[in-house]
Amino acid sequence: MKDYFVEASYFLASLLFILGLKGLSHPETARRGMHYAEFGMLMAVIGTLLHKEIVSYEWIIAGLIIGGTIGGAISYWVPMTALPQRTALSHAFGALAAALVGISEYYRQGGAMGEVKVCALGFEVLLGSLTTTGSLIACGKLQGVLPGAPMTFKGQNVFNMTLLATTVGCFVYLLITPAAAAAFYLMLTLAFVFGVMLVLPIGSADMPVVMSLLNSYAGLAAAATGFALSNNVLIIAGTLDGFSGFILSVLMCKAMNRSMSNVLFGAFGSAAASGGADAAGGEMREINLEDAATQMAYARQVVFVPGYGMATAQAQHAVRELADALEKRGATVKFAIHPVAGRMPGHMNVLLAEANVPYSSLYELEQINPDFPNTDVAVVIGANDVVNPDARDNPKSPIAGMPILEVDRAKSVVVLKRGKGKGFSGLENPLFFKENTGMLYGDAKESLARLVHAVQQA
Amino acid sequence: MNSEALIDALYIFALAAFLGYQVISRVPPLLHSPLMSATNAISGISLVGSLVTAGAHYNKVSTALGFAAVVCSSINVVGGFWITERMLKFFRQRETRK
Repeated sequence: MKDYFVEASYFLASLLFILGLKGLSHPETARRGMHYAEFGMLMAVIGTLLHKEIVSYEWIIAGLIIGGTIGGAISYWVPMTALPQRTALSHAFGALAAALVGISEYYRQGGAMGEVKVCALGFEVLLGSLTTTGSLIACGKLQGVLPGAPMTFKGQNVFNMTLLATTVGCFVYLLITPAAAAAFYLMLTLAFVFGVMLVLPIGSADMPVVMSLLNSYAGLAAAATGFALSNNVLIIAGTLDGFSGFILSVLMCKAMNRSMSNVLFGAFGSAAASGGADAAGGEMREINLEDAATQMAYARQVVFVPGYGMATAQAQHAVRELADALEKRGATVKFAIHPVAGRMPGHMNVLLAEANVPYSSLYELEQINPDFPNTDVAVVIGANDVVNPDARDNPKSPIAGMPILEVDRAKSVVVLKRGKGKGFSGLENPLFFKENTGMLYGDAKESLARLVHAVQQA
Repeated sequence: MNSEALIDALYIFALAAFLGYQVISRVPPLLHSPLMSATNAISGISLVGSLVTAGAHYNKVSTALGFAAVVCSSINVVGGFWITERMLKFFRQRETRK
């Protein structure tokens, strides 16, 4: 009887998870969907507590309290600008849990397991451990603890391939002789190391892809746990996560016109990679604050293009204030969001929504591009590569073919930039040298606050 | 796990993958961040496996590993759902804006 209840709770949880994700197809239904998913999780946990193998609860309760408190505290305090770091950390914990369960299972049963179970367990531990360390490195890079630039050394790809091959070799050996504990623990260690090596050479600008990929691995690790424990709800939930991450990483790669292997092994953004000619040359034209404010104040349509620089300058609230001031003067204000703007998919949308920008003002690339020729002023805030016309016009550019926001087609452009240096990728951006582009140097948040004031005076 | 159970599990995996693809490709880019943290929270369902490992008293090592796994996956679940809720509260239509 109890068993039926456990199974019923898992079945219900699976359905509720799917309904929950379906809710995310629209902002109006998203929160209700999440309540379904949360309820599903609660059901699954309650059901599990009745599991016949559980004999005592002290460690369970202690673990739930400690983990719940830590998780809740992080999510309560973390600022939205640090959302990517938090998500990476969460991936690490989820994957580590899967790996730990796998290690415990192997420790307990060892050679007594059938080959199917060893295979599932192997995948679980492999994916779990490499995702753990990989996510921690990603988190460190995003938080600025580790340098954001790709860390490379000579023969890196050869080294990594050898590492991966050895790890897979251990796995295969384990499949043939499940009792070989040494192979299991060696595989585990190597997978931890491989996770580090996989993410180290990837630059911060490529993080949206890496985040999605790690998201996918964490899910697949959970699905593999499901195979190892013959638990369907784990398979379903893990697979949903695995595929969601996979879809997102494909979308992100498309938005950069790069292949997955190029992102993972190309060490893009390292100085050596920038083969693009700085043919643009010429002078950047600096614009003073008053002129920029006047341009905006008398514009009929203004489009803001935020990039990661907006997040680092914490400027999202200042942007919204400027947008409000312009709307009050009768201008149409839109926000153009590139899929890979920021450090994780959808990051800019969340930041602007937090600053009270209604989501109907947030436009995707395909929607906004035809609108740029009718735009009087496009304001670029801390974005660079996603507005680089070279991607469209110069087939030799390293980012050639990457879909861009066609800001250069607007009647005039104001670029808010911290300094005159090149962007993260080290590429020259011809947009900055165009006649109708004005560069407004300085801290974005401060410039925006002063622009608001100047626009109100105009 | 015998081969029959494996086939069942593979069916479930394939169907979940197909369904996941259908459902998730309809999520607009607007909500991709909440999507990622929501799926991340949902995959914290490995909590279920951790709970059994922590409470079953197989041996001391397993209990310790299980306890650590419960801590990790509940960080994942609670944190994931909480931040998703926080994000989704931000998304509002023009009318309700103050």
